[in-house]
Amino acid sequence: MVDFGYKIAKDRQIDFDKNDRSIAQYVRKHEPTFNLCISCGTCAATCTARQFTDFSLRKYILLLRRGENKEVIENIHKCMLCGKCQLVCPMGVNTRGVIYRIMEMCI
Amino acid sequence: MKKKVIVIGGGIAGMESSAHLAALGYEVTLLEKSDKLGGHLLNWEKLFPTMRMGKDVVTFLNEGIEKGKVHVVCNANITSAIQKNNQFSVFLENNTTYLADAILVTTGYDLFDARRKEEYGYGIYNNVITSAELEGIFLNGFQIVTAEGNAPKRIGIVHCVGSRDEKTGNTYCSKVCCVTAVKQSIEIKERLPDAEVYCFYMDMRMFGMHFEALYREAQEKWGVNFIRGRLSEACENIDGSVLVKVEDTLAGKPLKMSVDLLVLMVGIEPSAGTKQVGKMLNLQFGVNRFFKTADQHTLTNVSNVKGVFFAGTCTGPKTITNTITDARAAASTIANYLSGHEIDDRIMASDIQLVALW
Amino acid sequence: MNIDGKIAIWKDYQKHIAADKYFYVRSCVRQNFFPGSETTFLRILREELGKDVYEHPCHTTCTGIGYHGDIVPLDTMMTVVARQFALMTEAGYENLVPSCITSFGIYTEVLDTWHHFPETEARVREYLKKATGREFKIPANIAHASDVVYKFRNEISAKAKYKLVNQHTGKPLKVVEHIGCHYSKMFPDKGIGGAEYPYVLIGMVNDWGGEIVDYPERRHCCGFGFRQYLVQANRGYSIACSHKKFESMQPYKPDMIITNCPGCPMFLDKWQYAIAEMEGKTYGENGQGIPVFTYEEVAGLILGYNPWDLGLQTHQVSCEPLLDKIGIPYNAAEKYDGVNGIKLGKPEKPAVLQCV
Ligand code: SF4
Ligand code: SF4
Ligand code: SF4
Repeated sequence: MVDFGYKIAKDRQIDFDKNDRSIAQYVRKHEPTFNLCISCGTCAATCTARQFTDFSLRKYILLLRRGENKEVIENIHKCMLCGKCQLVCPMGVNTRGVIYRIMEMCI
Repeated sequence: MKKKVIVIGGGIAGMESSAHLAALGYEVTLLEKSDKLGGHLLNWEKLFPTMRMGKDVVTFLNEGIEKGKVHVVCNANITSAIQKNNQFSVFLENNTTYLADAILVTTGYDLFDARRKEEYGYGIYNNVITSAELEGIFLNGFQIVTAEGNAPKRIGIVHCVGSRDEKTGNTYCSKVCCVTAVKQSIEIKERLPDAEVYCFYMDMRMFGMHFEALYREAQEKWGVNFIRGRLSEACENIDGSVLVKVEDTLAGKPLKMSVDLLVLMVGIEPSAGTKQVGKMLNLQFGVNRFFKTADQHTLTNVSNVKGVFFAGTCTGPKTITNTITDARAAASTIANYLSGHEIDDRIMASDIQLVALW
Repeated sequence: MNIDGKIAIWKDYQKHIAADKYFYVRSCVRQNFFPGSETTFLRILREELGKDVYEHPCHTTCTGIGYHGDIVPLDTMMTVVARQFALMTEAGYENLVPSCITSFGIYTEVLDTWHHFPETEARVREYLKKATGREFKIPANIAHASDVVYKFRNEISAKAKYKLVNQHTGKPLKVVEHIGCHYSKMFPDKGIGGAEYPYVLIGMVNDWGGEIVDYPERRHCCGFGFRQYLVQANRGYSIACSHKKFESMQPYKPDMIITNCPGCPMFLDKWQYAIAEMEGKTYGENGQGIPVFTYEEVAGLILGYNPWDLGLQTHQVSCEPLLDKIGIPYNAAEKYDGVNGIKLGKPEKPAVLQCV
């Protein structure tokens, strides 16, 4: 094998056909309001964890739906289940329920 | 003697305005180029947002036509029209002539020809169909199957095909397709509960009463998925499924996905009849190629030609609800005109001057 | 796939291609890396078709590589283009035929710019006048060399000795075509068949007996992309583009690739070696890779020209398995005998990619 000084760049495309969407499917099954999220971001803007870390419920719901799970698995435990997000969500997503179900799948 | 009105175009707007004009005491002739009344409505099974049957509305409109004793002329091919002393004569191909004191133009829309959006491969890839074709499947009670004859496991729905798109020359929003996508998603899930449905949208324009509720139902009850991003292209996989490429704008990454069936939400364009009748009657067209109304806010049924009025989608995309309202408004505007109320007295800051036809 | 849909689109994108009296301009990449293609183009046009093709000795690069590599400014590029036009005007020709897709793109882009901004054209005319004393006429017709071969594809197949058919099975060869980004993505109506379903190479392949493979990443770039490849730090991105295409076309088991642009045969050919070395992965049959050709090479092959006169020995992926498939004879012993008796020397065999 020759080292040419560079490697084949990794594809940034979300490969939906290959990705593992089992976490999202599990959460969706047990907490159907998971589907209601429209990525408005209200939850993220009010979240304590969001202010000081990369943690974003808005983003994680979206990533799980696409099967891009790695970042979510690594970070979901930063949530302290305070419920502030649930107070503000305009769609009535049971955010604490969603997070709890995600955590179940991430242990 | 009863004053006469000719209505051109027997779709929803033409039918409802004819019924109202008749109820107001005018002698109404409704000219329709095809062999029956009802227009596009005949091709749709259930209507958003209530899922009531389209044919119920057709029945309602037909009753109005019958009660009002509207003179309906189908297969009417208009060749020319002239105006003399506030009187119109409209000539048909079969040498009949109709006289009128006012004309109402209700020539409606055509659906966007999806082949013009080349990169989506409609007419090339066998598993790319239009929203109208999907509706035809519902209407005829057919099974939803792929070109290969299988039940699709994953279906993609593309919003704004031929709308909000400089490349197709149609920069406006067609208004009805977002909610149609939501409606059809639910209907797919009713028939194929195990199938996944993905809508690719730029904005979800749920503006109408109850639209938002339908959208919510699609998400919560039916698990329909919505991905914000406009499809950049579709290709065919070796198994005949369709590979779509889209930027997932919320994830900030490009995404590719195979779907067994891709449904294009085709938009609304001024109909061929709108163009033809407009030319014949010297009517002005607006920037979007629909008819230009005398005023955007206040005189939405008034044309630039005295005695000629508009209703329905010939002036721009409208829902059925809005079309019916607009048809009644046009009838009332014509009644004002025919009873001598000078409508143009009240034109404010309008850039259209009302002119006589010749 | 419904071919009628494509045929309808192809009808929408036809363009005028001059029939004779061509002012031919060579490509920097092609004349260095596979000069046999341009020689073959001239041979076909002059000897087979009896056309008048003129080459001007003072013609230079169009600066396309520098322009797309961010080192030649727009005004410089336009002035060089103006000079090429001046050479053509002086030689008494009006039909420009660039051998390079990027040159074709550059010429088309410059003319479009001048069409919309006449003051820019006036400025460039002044630059050229001041710098060289030259003046020029706008070309009456610009056609890429592949457009010209496309125009005469029937005449070529009438004279052909071979078809793009597998002699063992009697079936058409499965051919992947790659058009090159600058051919029609910028100006769809300047390319035969447009940008989404370009027809120029498909027309040749269909006419010469082959069968086109339409695979999902057909529209994707070959990976040249100028500033991608030219900077070593970006090469991982360049090779990833070719890699993406190979992965996507592999299930269709293509027999060969036909290309339009100088960069495409370079990268689709050479990257097969690099990918094999990096990942141990090869495409095509028997670890031999998928052979890649220019359209002139393919035309020359079916016309029965000696493969070594076409320059096929300069390819990374060996052409011999394909020649065997078609039934084209070749003398293996003469493969590396250069012209005028100068031996080319034999390349080292790579570790992974199986070369003949
Ligand atoms: S429950 Fe978790 S995600 Fe919601 S606001 Fe509290 S810390 Fe943030
Ligand atoms: S507030 Fe609710 S709808 Fe908005 S992003 Fe958060 S969970 Fe989703
Ligand atoms: S209604 Fe929705 S799909 Fe239709 S044009 Fe408007 S935004 Fe696009």
